[in-house]
Amino acid sequence: MYEKDGEKYFVVDAHTHFWDASPENWVPGQEEFAKGWIECFHAYQGLGPKETHWPIDRFQKYSEELMMHDLFEVGHVDKAIFQPTNLRQWYTNGFNTTEADAALAAKHPDKFLVNTTFDPREGDPGLKAFEDRVKRYGCKGVKLYTAEWRGDSRGWSLKDPEAAKYLEKCEELGVTNIHVHKGPTIWPLDKDAFDVSDVDYVATNFQGLNFIVEHVGLPRIEDFCFMATQERNVYAGLAVVVGALMHARPKFFAKVIGELMFWIGEDKLLFGADYAIWEPKWQVEGFVDWNMPGDDELSDFAPLTVDQKKKILGLNAARLYGIDVPKELQLKDPETVEPVGVPSS
Amino acid sequence: MTTMHASAVHAAVWAALGTVRDPELDEPLTDLGFVARCEVSEAGEAVVRLRLPTYFCAPNFAFLMVADAYDAVAGVPGLTGLDVRLNDHFAADVINRGVAARQGFVASFEGEAADELDSLRFDFVRKAVLAGTDRVCRALAREGADVTQLTLGDVPPGPDLDRLRARRRELGLPAEDGDPLLLDPVTGHPVPPEQARRHLAFARLTRTSMEANSGVCRGMLRVRYPRLGEQEGER
Repeated sequence: MYEKDGEKYFVVDAHTHFWDASPENWVPGQEEFAKGWIECFHAYQGLGPKETHWPIDRFQKYSEELMMHDLFEVGHVDKAIFQPTNLRQWYTNGFNTTEADAALAAKHPDKFLVNTTFDPREGDPGLKAFEDRVKRYGCKGVKLYTAEWRGDSRGWSLKDPEAAKYLEKCEELGVTNIHVHKGPTIWPLDKDAFDVSDVDYVATNFQGLNFIVEHVGLPRIEDFCFMATQERNVYAGLAVVVGALMHARPKFFAKVIGELMFWIGEDKLLFGADYAIWEPKWQVEGFVDWNMPGDDELSDFAPLTVDQKKKILGLNAARLYGIDVPKELQLKDPETVEPVGVPSS
Repeated sequence: MTTMHASAVHAAVWAALGTVRDPELDEPLTDLGFVARCEVSEAGEAVVRLRLPTYFCAPNFAFLMVADAYDAVAGVPGLTGLDVRLNDHFAADVINRGVAARQGFVASFEGEAADELDSLRFDFVRKAVLAGTDRVCRALAREGADVTQLTLGDVPPGPDLDRLRARRRELGLPAEDGDPLLLDPVTGHPVPPEQARRHLAFARLTRTSMEANSGVCRGMLRVRYPRLGEQEGER
């Protein structure tokens, strides 16, 4: 819980990680990719405030104690949602697996929700293993990384027929929150790997599921917003938006938040700190303090209200995941608000 | 080659690189800081090294930039040799080999690509047209103009208008003074007045997305190469 100026914010960090990218975990022969991946993440941290930057060795592998401290002791987080990324091709024990997340969550009851993942290229055996993980860890969501390398494959699409089987299984098991993370590769490589049209396709076909597009489709915010205006079950994950832009590029941060409020609306934006890339403390505090500058270029956008910030920082994710919010941290008169948008004529 | 001549050729090579754009960001490589090294020897051999914001930048766009840089510099008169390479990227070897051999994308990424990159490139020029429309129209709207009825000839001259015309020409879209300011970049048809508000809102959104993307890329490049300095400007 974060309190500022007499207002109390219930904080759900909808995107967190517990990873091991230390050299001991690099697959022999794949070192350059394992190293390249974590160095790329580390460079993103460089877009946050200087005093929050970590040395690379701590960033490669951090302790359980540090994570608990950064999120719950000083980071104002009430509840955090683990979003795994396996990357077993590069990391011997995986980069950030459901199992590692669940082990940490088990030691700290009521702090975490454990999401799992699936890869349709794993076929029927993968489907069975997915069901086992969901039942064992009580998962209500999955994190999908469509750019994950597997053998010679450079990625997959949600439009693949095999993916439909897994999404049907999600519906059956009550795994209702599908977080989608796009990366730089996909098959075939000549297509835009960041294209979100496959999310559009499955959002239409699976009306019972919520699709949360991570980092709001960055670098394709325009495609994402256009798609989200057509699909009522599509949400925006703010991981990276706050972390990479609020401090380093405040003007673009204002524009992006303005566009998201305009097209997607206050009920569908979910805060995520994307730890350990960025610590939640400065993001939560900064976002509560932030407001739309009075710039001519931003004249289409309204300032954010306290209630809107409360929804974005935690209440929206609490609604999607069925998290109990203490009475005094709920909104007094919550109402569903449609985005401004522009109706098609 | 005299030193004077080499320096003139060097300037021409740099200018040629300045015509090459990052297709996603619609900005010149030289402005983005993506040219790590640009040298011309006394013998007239050009060496160009490119760098990108991350090790995992999308390989299709990376390929386009290296191939475009090669083509642009190859057109500079007076060169006796040319060596263009991408540094510090997971697919650098494949891209550098493919570009040096003048192979296409499909042949370079054997088995991993189904087609060449023209369609991808055109998709992003269309986005550049939309973003450019917002740049031009916001300035006009500030003056109180109703942009829905204007033609390109009604827009005050300037770099934003030049850039918009150039992108429209690349797509074969109408770009003369009498042509409408607002048109659908896919069909080339004028935007009907009742759809102008939505069109302009998407133009604004597209510009926001490209500029935010550019902001992240510039920031990442600076973290990756701390000695880069500020020469590419605060944008």
